Amino acid sequence: MSKSQHLLSSSLGKKLIMSLTGLFLCTFLVVHLIGNLQLFYNDQGKAFNDYAHFMTHFTPIRIVSYLLYTSIVVHAVYALVLAIQNRKARPVGYAVFRGSANSAWSSRNMGILGTVLLVFIVTHMSNFWWKYHNDGVPYVEYRTDLATQQTTVTELLAAEYSDYVKYVDNDIEILKTKDLYKQVQFTFKSWYLVLFYVIAMAALSFHLIHGFKSAFQTLGFDHRKYAPIIRFLGIWVFGVAIPIGFAIMPLYFYFSN
Amino acid sequence: MSGNMNLTLKVWRQKNDKTRGKFVTYQATNISPDMSFLEMLDVVNEELVRKGEDPIHFDHDCREGICGMCSLHINGRPHGPKQGTTTCQLHMRSFHDGQTIVIEPWRSAAFPVIKDLAVDRSAFDRIQQAGGYINVNTGGVPDANAIPIPKKVADEAFESATCIACGACVAACKNASAMLFVSAKISQYALLPQGQTERYSRAQAMVAQMDAEGFGSCTNTGACEAECPVGIKLTNIARMNREYFTAKIFKQEEPH
Repeated sequence: MSKSQHLLSSSLGKKLIMSLTGLFLCTFLVVHLIGNLQLFYNDQGKAFNDYAHFMTHFTPIRIVSYLLYTSIVVHAVYALVLAIQNRKARPVGYAVFRGSANSAWSSRNMGILGTVLLVFIVTHMSNFWWKYHNDGVPYVEYRTDLATQQTTVTELLAAEYSDYVKYVDNDIEILKTKDLYKQVQFTFKSWYLVLFYVIAMAALSFHLIHGFKSAFQTLGFDHRKYAPIIRFLGIWVFGVAIPIGFAIMPLYFYFSN
Repeated sequence: MSGNMNLTLKVWRQKNDKTRGKFVTYQATNISPDMSFLEMLDVVNEELVRKGEDPIHFDHDCREGICGMCSLHINGRPHGPKQGTTTCQLHMRSFHDGQTIVIEPWRSAAFPVIKDLAVDRSAFDRIQQAGGYINVNTGGVPDANAIPIPKKVADEAFESATCIACGACVAACKNASAMLFVSAKISQYALLPQGQTERYSRAQAMVAQMDAEGFGSCTNTGACEAECPVGIKLTNIARMNREYFTAKIFKQEEPH
């Protein structure tokens, strides 16, 4: 026990925590992006709303989601602890410090980028997660004729809605659920939220361009043969594709509203 | 002489570790571009001595780029604007006539200022003493080539061992982290058969001492690698992490 405590209190142990939580959050981003692509289905949010109910009620996913919230907190707290220690390591600063001559901007500003992301996560969760869990979103009923695949959508009043139901009656599939899709449409009517989401995704891009490969370096994984794959994934998948994928969502809803 | 330069120096002057320092401006006149940076400071100091003023203190020894004694943070970069060079091997032709040069000491809590630009780097010695050695039994002289070592491994260990412990990595790092130095010193033994006996206790002891000295952590910016005068690679830090995590998580510290 004393050994493992010492590991986590050492400088390298703290970086190990940063790297493991960071990589776990990266895997979440992949799942979150793929799931959210259902927003682009032309079905008035049926698939997306059904998916949102599944993600919030399926027990294994709920367990993983608590692990996720913990990871965000641990990543942020350890970043703060490390930042304070790092500042203490240089009590008198340089009058002239040309960091741009020897390192990338993103690598020197992970704390600022991370802070933007933390503010974003709080905003994002209060926009959707909090409202979804606290009856802040509208309700909806989808009736799909299984023979013709025609769907009719009716908004439900709070009084008409008791719980999530999905059943087939007379070849008509009936789905009553919370309408997170409408909440998405509503949220992205606001130009300043759209702007903030896009800025946050730019911060995510720079955070991951450095963070993804940095996490593997901290873990000691820098194999000559595989390091180029990690650099590629870090820049093009996590630094470019994923942030752009997310940024398209608020822009799409803002301009299609 | 034609082609000689006149420079304005802003030099950090600090009496000792207990007092606050400040910048003092000096004029360096008639400086030959063929002088080394330290020779330029010698000229300035001779003038100061002539005037009865306290000369600028700075560290130097071999002046051949191999001892690791010279330091100086010059215009925002350790060992000045050139890559792969120490301050003693930096020549004044890297600057231009009329330029202002800001000269600061290595800034790190673990490197207290002795005086002016000279800092106490004995923290590095204590890290080395904590585990940067191998135990060799006394007895007959062993054959130098008795243990086969692949050339590539020997080369890599040698590259790590070229670290001259100047401290530029600490100076360049935004966190004043010593990980490039420590990782090079761990690597030079971890790679070779002779270093295996103390392999895991070494990684733990040297990292513990590094933390105790008050160095910062690694953010993987790569500034250390870029500024290292002898080209120590970032891959050493990955190796140190592997050694340390393996030691902590999988290897027993005591027999049981």
